[in-house]
Amino acid sequence: MTDMSGDFRAAPVLSVDGLTVDALTDRGAKRVLDAVSFELAAGETLCLAGESGSGKSVTSLSVMRLLPRASLRIVSGSIKLEERDLTTLGERTMREVRGRDIAMIFQEPMTSLNPVMTIGKQLLEPILIHQGGNEASARAQALRMLDAVQITEPARRLGQYPHELSGGMRQRVMIAMALSCRPKVLIADEPTTALDVTVQAQILKLMRELKGEFGTSTILITHDMGVVAEMADRVAVMKDGRLVEIGSAVDIFEQPTQTYTRELIAAVPRIGARAGTDGPPAVTAEAMAAPRADKSLEPVLAVNNLKVTYGARASLFGRKPGQLAVDGVSFELRAGRTLGLVGESGSGKSTTGKAVLGLIPYEGYVAIGGEELMDFSVKAMRPVRRLAQMIFQDPYASLDSRMTVGAAIAEPMAIHGIGDRSDRADRVAELLRRVGLTPDVASRYPHEFSGGQRQRICIARALSLKPKLIVADESVAALDVSVRAKVLDLMLELQETEGLAYLFISHDMAVIERMSHDVAVMNGGRIVEHGPRRAVFENPGQDYTRRLIDAVPIPDPSRRRLAMAG
Amino acid sequence: MIELILRRFGGALMILFGVAAITFVLLYALPADPAVQLAGRSATAQTVANIRHELGLDQPLIVQFVHYLGNLVQGDLGRSYTQKTEVMTLILARLPATLILMVSGILVEVAIGLTLGTIAALNRGGAVDRLVMTVSFIGVSAPQFVVALLLLYVFAATLQWFPMAGFGGFSHVVLPALTLGVLGAGWYARMVRSAMIDVLNQDYIRTARAKGVAERTVILRHAVPNALLPIVAMIGIDIGQFMGGVVVVEAVYGWPGIGQLAWQAIQQVDIPIIMGVTLISSLAIVTGNLIADLVAPLIDPRIRAR
Repeated sequence: MTDMSGDFRAAPVLSVDGLTVDALTDRGAKRVLDAVSFELAAGETLCLAGESGSGKSVTSLSVMRLLPRASLRIVSGSIKLEERDLTTLGERTMREVRGRDIAMIFQEPMTSLNPVMTIGKQLLEPILIHQGGNEASARAQALRMLDAVQITEPARRLGQYPHELSGGMRQRVMIAMALSCRPKVLIADEPTTALDVTVQAQILKLMRELKGEFGTSTILITHDMGVVAEMADRVAVMKDGRLVEIGSAVDIFEQPTQTYTRELIAAVPRIGARAGTDGPPAVTAEAMAAPRADKSLEPVLAVNNLKVTYGARASLFGRKPGQLAVDGVSFELRAGRTLGLVGESGSGKSTTGKAVLGLIPYEGYVAIGGEELMDFSVKAMRPVRRLAQMIFQDPYASLDSRMTVGAAIAEPMAIHGIGDRSDRADRVAELLRRVGLTPDVASRYPHEFSGGQRQRICIARALSLKPKLIVADESVAALDVSVRAKVLDLMLELQETEGLAYLFISHDMAVIERMSHDVAVMNGGRIVEHGPRRAVFENPGQDYTRRLIDAVPIPDPSRRRLAMAG
Repeated sequence: MIELILRRFGGALMILFGVAAITFVLLYALPADPAVQLAGRSATAQTVANIRHELGLDQPLIVQFVHYLGNLVQGDLGRSYTQKTEVMTLILARLPATLILMVSGILVEVAIGLTLGTIAALNRGGAVDRLVMTVSFIGVSAPQFVVALLLLYVFAATLQWFPMAGFGGFSHVVLPALTLGVLGAGWYARMVRSAMIDVLNQDYIRTARAKGVAERTVILRHAVPNALLPIVAMIGIDIGQFMGGVVVVEAVYGWPGIGQLAWQAIQQVDIPIIMGVTLISSLAIVTGNLIADLVAPLIDPRIRAR
């Protein structure tokens, strides 16, 4: 088994010393990486952990010497691959290093492969460049690599295009490509972040097996402390362009010396953290003193036999049937309760969320506050719309960059003709306070805010019409863990004080566990399991649910299970 | 794929019908009377009336139109008023010259546009980029007849590298093709530049570089085919633009194509020829779009899958 003591005394494969990188902006140079130093021993996995903007990716791109020339520049420090300092190499020599000595895998398997080139051409490319030889021998090697990453029918895959493969398969292809020239160092930048948890578990397991087989030293960049705990021999924690702490995985998790590291680990939602309890934790003093009783019996949202079809269209030869994205979904949601809708990508959970708000055509029964939605005329929808609001995933894309925050929050009220200008300004101030911001930010524009602050603004906007139901679709998925925890707490607090009902859509089992009273697990457009959160998490009735729970990496290196399980 | 072609074919028929109807109405709304034009200034009212009857111009517009459509379905574009020949024959005789001009114009346009656009994208924000963008802006803004006269003055009159006008060997094509292509080239340079900048920021370009692929190969093999996707669709649409330019260019260079035919016909109010050229041009545009639609899946496997 892997040595977890962090004792790697052999000469390092890669040593980074005092690496400093500046971003070139209109207002002069800005330091983005400040004297970062670390060593990577032969055969070890070093995780670079940290939140967005900490400099993880800049570090890896510096090692590859792939920083965008116009905007980022290495100002000092050295990057030694064995004896050679990469910072002094010419571009031609550096090209020989890339792909042969150091290879890289990226986050987005969907966009990291060239869409107009076959898998075969892309796989053969590094082999032909670095090892020469003829096409036939390169092809044979490509096939061996596809076999090594456990892709079925490797020969057929060579002729396929990226869009014909699933996300997990594409990431396997990326790994095959990266390892094809047996590099000394593999840099994996968030390699599983874009994947479903079950696929993530498979890819992590594969990476671990291949490390044993190829003996590659790995730098694994991730924001996910669960993945860190699962994979790392040693961990380097980064923050604001500095390396704040480095040590063995066990030390970092069990005896972190830096406050930031402790906060980072504490903020990670752990699956099983709510075991033995019903419902989400109480966050306000009132709720802690007297838990809210279910006063209303009338459901805020009632859904019966909901069906959504995509892609149906008229064609010359009759009607083309579409694909059933949601297939007979039924559930109820009462005031002050949260239904967690969980499932993998393509399970139909987001589609359900949109249909429930009448944003896409559907069949079946949906009623909000007792009013059926079937009437699609905009006017008839308006009073119902006030009752139900949505918070989206990407706080950067869901605010108009040319509209002040105050105007964005006031807009729903203006549309629904609520109050006059000064009433609305008062309400905006009140809402901003409500979500933990100060009223004076109303005159500022979205770009002046961080992701977490923007999501607070989106929540304020959703609250402006005093809705009874909020559909939150992956609302915290784009946020860093520490910010995520705070936004989730805010949502819990608002639920306790306003009696909001949440339809909480997420792929993240730990977040679902924290937020939900009830959980519905979706797979292939159907709800496969539905019940109180405690029952679903502690005693799942379906194998599918159990697989989803088991695939979540636990942020505790002593409880590794993904890579170990057969 | 077959459905796409059938669908497009149906669409093409609708478009041609629409074009025929609109052109027909517009031409007969003209203040110029073809019969007067044919009879000459000194002709008597009776002569004019006779000519009008002979040409069928005295019948109601709708009857004339139905009559025209009836002939059109059989591939008959009518007879020219002035040249007393089948319009189809006239057009077919001149079509090859126009096709040569158009194809060479498109080649000039795409070659210059692609090269300049790519160079600008690779030097984004630098002096070369600004120079290319300025030049392309001038290219886009310059009226075609000005470009034509300028090229004639420099390369034909002063340097005498190319003939002034006429139809013949390769040297005759160069200046008209340049004139026709320069405007589009500026346009394409801008399009290609933004498409290339977009593509160069894609993850798969970074993947290619991380594999150790040489920069030249990254550009030519990985970036250009992806940047071409939006351009191919544009070329199809662009053929319409081109037809307008062809009339001017053929007139200036005395190029014996259908543009020149149309130019003469307009002056003589020779309605059947104007109608014929308009319809053939529309057909060319529709065909161009169809070809673009058929070529796109050859470059982009994602479209093939649909």
